[in-house]
Amino acid sequence: MGEKVLMKGAEAIAEAAIRAGCMAFFGYPITPQNETPEYFSRRMPELGRVFLQAESEVAAINMVYGAACTGTRVITTSSSPGISLMQEGFSYIANSNVGCVVVNAMRGGPGLGDIAPAQADYFQATKGGGHGDYHSIVLAPHTIQETVDLMYDAFDLADKYRIMVVMLVDGLMGQMMEPVEFKEWVDVKKFKTPEWATVGQGDRDHRNIITSLEILPEGLEKMNLALQAKYKKIKENEVRLEEYEMDDAEYALTAFGTVARIAKTVVEMARKDGIKLGLIRPITVWPFPEKEVAKRADQVKFFFDVEMNEGQMLEDVKLAVNGKKPVHYYGRLGGVVPTAEEIYGEFKKLVGGK
Amino acid sequence: MEKKLVIAGFGGQGVMLAGELLAEAAKDEGKFVTFLPSYGPEMRGGTANCDVIVSDKPIASPVIAHPQAAIIMNLPSLDKFEPLMEKDGLLILNKTLIPREVKRTDLRVLQIDAQTVARELGNEKATNMILLGAYAEIEKPVKLESLKNALKHFLTGKKEVLIPLNEKALEKGAEIAREFLGGK
Amino acid sequence: MKLIYKKPDTITERDTTYCPGCPHGIAHRLIAELLEEMDLVKKTVIVWPVGCSVFGYYFIATDAVEAAHGRACAMATGIKRAHPESFVISYQGDGDLASIGIAEAVHAAARGERISVVYINNGNYGMTGGQMAPTTLIGQVTTTTPYGRKPELNGFPMHVPEMFAALDGPAYIARAALDSPQHIIQAKKFLRKAFTAQKNNLGFSLVELISACPTNWKMTPVEAMERIRKQVLPVFPIGEFKVAKGVE
Repeated sequence: MGEKVLMKGAEAIAEAAIRAGCMAFFGYPITPQNETPEYFSRRMPELGRVFLQAESEVAAINMVYGAACTGTRVITTSSSPGISLMQEGFSYIANSNVGCVVVNAMRGGPGLGDIAPAQADYFQATKGGGHGDYHSIVLAPHTIQETVDLMYDAFDLADKYRIMVVMLVDGLMGQMMEPVEFKEWVDVKKFKTPEWATVGQGDRDHRNIITSLEILPEGLEKMNLALQAKYKKIKENEVRLEEYEMDDAEYALTAFGTVARIAKTVVEMARKDGIKLGLIRPITVWPFPEKEVAKRADQVKFFFDVEMNEGQMLEDVKLAVNGKKPVHYYGRLGGVVPTAEEIYGEFKKLVGGK
Repeated sequence: MEKKLVIAGFGGQGVMLAGELLAEAAKDEGKFVTFLPSYGPEMRGGTANCDVIVSDKPIASPVIAHPQAAIIMNLPSLDKFEPLMEKDGLLILNKTLIPREVKRTDLRVLQIDAQTVARELGNEKATNMILLGAYAEIEKPVKLESLKNALKHFLTGKKEVLIPLNEKALEKGAEIAREFLGGK
Repeated sequence: MKLIYKKPDTITERDTTYCPGCPHGIAHRLIAELLEEMDLVKKTVIVWPVGCSVFGYYFIATDAVEAAHGRACAMATGIKRAHPESFVISYQGDGDLASIGIAEAVHAAARGERISVVYINNGNYGMTGGQMAPTTLIGQVTTTTPYGRKPELNGFPMHVPEMFAALDGPAYIARAALDSPQHIIQAKKFLRKAFTAQKNNLGFSLVELISACPTNWKMTPVEAMERIRKQVLPVFPIGEFKVAKGVE
């Protein structure tokens, strides 16, 4: 680890990706994350790597798809409306078994919405978004430092499973500044073109074809089953979460990303008042920490899910809790960030009503 | 120690620079700090404000709903933030652009004719530093020295010549604050 | 016995999915011959489109990827930028390139991407059953222009090479036809220049190949070739529209 530097989240994301060995960026400008492509545009040429501003998000994700087919560590960054445009590409990437990293700095929707921070793309990120039965690994960091650290893991996971990894952040994380420390640079000289990559047959005894097409239903079912087997393996091995003040908790907040950060303040407020409140914070929102949440259902009196959307992760929490305990919800919409005081007020109403 | 400050004004008044300078100084002192800017959609001339939290321990929410302290550089910002201030909160006002008095009686208020003071120092643009210097002297989130040292991160190249002026402005602000504290 | 002609090794043994009389096979053969003659087979990645040639990778034996509809030029850009040593061909039909993928194609051309586009124009959407394409002629009956293409309703046929030649990025832009032996020989010459443009790192290249769709045109293969000469080539004339120095 090096020295701490004060950095804007949107720029720290780019620097972390570069240090993690990202060799190519393709993207299209959109607020509130323009500092990320701008940063890449300065740094990538310095390092002899690829930066290309695409003509649209549609083109950008298909450039990412092409680069991913060569086995190159590649990234695109965007925000909600741009991410909507990329869904077709995500679906193709999934069934082609190639890896890439996509950052979504979520903003208020639907439609053009606004440019304020939101979490309303949870369904889109975790349940597919594009067509077909597929998933991407979705990481939901809650601080800039965590975002930076997870960026290295994002590329490793993308390579390991040949899968798209989504870094689900929001406009607030992009705009705020915090001191961050970066891990060591990944040595890109050690990168080798993978055996499966489509770069021209060269000395291989066979040619490589990357396609998401299989016209026979039985054949396509096989492809689907292989995908599902991969997802199962990821579910078994890659679930991550933070349990904050949960050891003796009688109540559990559930939240991800920025809201989880605010929720930590709520936990502190409750603890000051002698109420045993804890926080379950999924770091992978797909795969969702089902077992871990389920376990806590035996311990707490109720769950209180807080999000900047109309209760999207709430559904996963409810599925995990499976009716054992009540799951309450509070959220703000359209880019409004709830305050700790506000969340605590709602929580106290629930406790008081018992 | 956890100090929560809002700085608010027009775009172009150096609101963000003052916030970032405080954040940089806090980082240099090894403290935890968050800086959260908020802009209008305009590129120029709109309202701008930022939340800065400096703390000895990790900071949970970077959002300040009820400021303990606020540097207010214009009238619309006073209208917006006065009702949100915590009880006994500190308001540092740029009196030059704020013709009205503070309505609440449960706040600590320091009014500085900051633009005039800055002009006398040599450049009206140093208004933000006068106000920040005053804040630092009263609330002590970081040492004044750390703020001065952090200037070099922001005033680089052609702007390097502005460092002495900004240092002076920070000191002047601190001096005004000491008079304010002494007169209490 | 003297061997006069042999199928290029780069064309696989597999039966194609194309209709009898379809010129896709001719285009495939020309590409395969040129890749062999220019010693590019082992470096080549072909980006296949959505359309009749969606299974093209079964017929030309190179590394290959399958793009989403219209996105071939974007995908080709990604491959070429990430791995500049690869020789990248984007093979696209008129629906894929001139309709749904026109943005990706125009911008790849404007950027001067070092890719070669083989653009097959048969005047309709072949695979989906013969609907109107951006290249459908005025008056031409298709399954979505049952009264013939009318300018006031459907606008006019798009001339892709003429449009692209106006950009600064392309090094080579041409149109050829696959209706007769002379035209096919000429098509191969044009394609060679397009591939040379990429090989010599000169810029974007595109060759439109006027093709036929006997099945959807409801004609015999011979009638379809005659239609190209009589009706299509007067609207889409053969020629080179941009030739940068160094592609000869």
